[in-house]
Amino acid sequence: MSKQEFKILGTRPIRPDGLDKVTGKAMFGADKSATGMLHARILRSPHAHAEIISIDTSKAKALPGVKAVITGADFDDVENRWTRYTMQNCMAQGRALYDGHAIAAVAATSKKIAGAALKLIEVEYKILPHVTDVDEAMQPGAPLLHEGVKARKLGDDVSGNTVGYYSFGHGDVDAGFAKADEVIERRFKTAATHQGYIEPQACLADLGADGRGALWCTTQGHYMVRETCAEILGIDASQLRVTASEIGGGFGGKTTVFIEPVALKLSQKSGRPVKLVMSREEVFRATGPTMSASMDVKIGMGKDGKITAGHARLRYQGGAFPYNMVMMGAMSAFACYDLENVQSEGWDVMTNRPKMISYRAPGAPMAVYGVESVIDELCQKLGLDPIEVRLLNAAKEGTKSSYGPRFKAIGLVEALKAAKAHPHYSAPLPANTGRGVACGFWFNFGGQVSVSMAINTDGTVNLIEGNPDIGGSRASISMMAAEALGIPFERIRTIVGDTASVGFSDVTDGSRVTFAVGIATINAAKAAIRELCKRAAMIWEIDEDAVEWVDGTARPTGHNAGDFPPMSLAEIAATSGKTGGPIAGHHEGAPDKAGVSFGVHLVDLEVDPETGFTSIKRYTAFQDVGKAIHPAYVEGQIQGGAVQGIGWALNEEYIYGADGRLQNPGFLDYRIPVASDLPMIDAVIIEVPNPGHPYGVRGCGETAIVPPLAAVANGVAQAVGVRLFELPMSPPKILKAL
Amino acid sequence: MAHVVIFGSLRSFTDGVSELEIDARSTRALLNALVERFPALSETVEAGVSLAIDGEIYKEAWFTPIGPDSEVVVMPLMVGG
Repeated sequence: MSKQEFKILGTRPIRPDGLDKVTGKAMFGADKSATGMLHARILRSPHAHAEIISIDTSKAKALPGVKAVITGADFDDVENRWTRYTMQNCMAQGRALYDGHAIAAVAATSKKIAGAALKLIEVEYKILPHVTDVDEAMQPGAPLLHEGVKARKLGDDVSGNTVGYYSFGHGDVDAGFAKADEVIERRFKTAATHQGYIEPQACLADLGADGRGALWCTTQGHYMVRETCAEILGIDASQLRVTASEIGGGFGGKTTVFIEPVALKLSQKSGRPVKLVMSREEVFRATGPTMSASMDVKIGMGKDGKITAGHARLRYQGGAFPYNMVMMGAMSAFACYDLENVQSEGWDVMTNRPKMISYRAPGAPMAVYGVESVIDELCQKLGLDPIEVRLLNAAKEGTKSSYGPRFKAIGLVEALKAAKAHPHYSAPLPANTGRGVACGFWFNFGGQVSVSMAINTDGTVNLIEGNPDIGGSRASISMMAAEALGIPFERIRTIVGDTASVGFSDVTDGSRVTFAVGIATINAAKAAIRELCKRAAMIWEIDEDAVEWVDGTARPTGHNAGDFPPMSLAEIAATSGKTGGPIAGHHEGAPDKAGVSFGVHLVDLEVDPETGFTSIKRYTAFQDVGKAIHPAYVEGQIQGGAVQGIGWALNEEYIYGADGRLQNPGFLDYRIPVASDLPMIDAVIIEVPNPGHPYGVRGCGETAIVPPLAAVANGVAQAVGVRLFELPMSPPKILKAL
Repeated sequence: MAHVVIFGSLRSFTDGVSELEIDARSTRALLNALVERFPALSETVEAGVSLAIDGEIYKEAWFTPIGPDSEVVVMPLMVGG
């Protein structure tokens, strides 16, 4: 696909949501209130695993100001088992499956009264054995989370907590290892980490006894919220109008519901609007972190650096309910490389921890950490340049990927060459400093979208999309609309419509929105342009086919079209009331061909040998994004992913005590990197156009979190001369290794 | 005839068959033909699968055309963050 010339794409207009956000005017999940509103609080299990013998709510109900109390008994069973798991994660039924699992909820006239009421609820538990470690949970005889959900075709050597098994690959790995000059096999462990979004889950629910209602919430997908809540509450989706608030971060963590069905049920029971806002402690204990992992990675390499075989065995821990995410790790593990012999296997395992949910490129960072660490170790052992080795083995167009399909046009080689040529790679390294390199990959997705575009009589354009803007999509969508229509960016305003305003749209995830909503926007613009050309033809009294759209104007085309001056969008729109009524365009679809994405990260870091503290000195990230619509947002995505990956590598972890309780449910003890911890992340945009998008776009939001874990680990190994095989590499662990 | 590749762990439901030829012009027709031949696949197909057709990945799109010489890789339904 040849590179196109654009007028608007690739520029950096002022972000449309900026003023509201810096002035505090933007409305987030907790900012909405209603007349007569109640406040809700949730009682949570103090036990990792316990049978709920009884719940006595009578004293709580009798407390003045309390308007409704609910437990799991207030929710009817639902047919779809995945929805049932979601419901039972929102409110336990029969058993508490992890520390923090919701047991009961109260709505009262104040938060203080609701909190007091929680203390009056008497719960009798029978404590059960628990398990929080993935390898222990897989052992036969481990405490069982759910009966009858073990993955099909698995033997007795693994427990019933093993709910998924996947394998991918091709060739003969044993033959490949036999050909290698060097084979290294290592076992790795990574901790569960949280997305660390700044805004906790929050909502305002208003549901009447007639099953009609409205919900305001912070989410990555308000249609998903509507459909999940409607199913759980037994109401029609059409009767629940869900509005997505501005979002204070999601990163995959807001792709399901945790509190919304609870707030709706309390509202229905009390007949009043109910606001429910999670505390930070609740966010850690009862929303979805990512999986922790235990992995074995074996790679064989020739003296020339050619990888002869790779084998990964991934065991992911995903919390208290069935899930299926290890497959993404197994598919991603070796995706960067063109391998003749490769196999990756993965097991999904349940434990007594909160149910996992997506976290930016879910499943990929830990698998790639293992693979990229072993490749680095092989490079060191064979005395080879780590970028040259990666270039030698890099996947390219036509490569049969480790997960099956052959790649179309991709940009890994371009990213590696850019990294090799960058001044960062050749800069001298001071003492106690190491330089880490790692590659990463993510799929990117398409999916269902709806866009509605209205041409206003003053020549401006309103566009409604159905995907919450979590990374600048209102800007990128407006820019693509402006490019397609041929009008200035400033004349377009894109908003995220509620579920009653525009058609269904899938969740904002999978780095899909700029790609998929972009295609829908371009198609909506094409529909509007057809109508604009038709109106111009009517005014000129010529045939519709004799009008073309060039640079935002209708122009006669062809020998017999006549000689008319170009008519602008604004001129045509101004008379639309007299030429047939409002002019609009819309598009609904499910675009695919999203185009995969690769990144290469370079990090210089210093390890203090006395404290084990690692400080990042320099960081450069190279990523193929197809076409950067708004480069500043793209750089922000790359920087954000890198920072989250650095936190995962160095500090972040869910720490459980022997009692199965989370020990660090707060930002004081769960340390995420902040601006003062880091240098500026230098983002280098590589543009290898995606042939599946009219403008060459591929998703850019997730790939950047994949390489940092290994890049930092490889840097630490070089800095201290000892390799750690467990994340996070927090100061005590580094000191121990030294 | 499309050349169909079954990803690793699904092969336990296809009697170990990893590659086969299927005469199908759309993704739905292909999946129906697969389930007809390998009934044990039905649970997985009903739960949702992704298909890569000549390198392009499609999620649950019934009527995506398949060319006579296409390579189709059957994969699990993928999710993102």
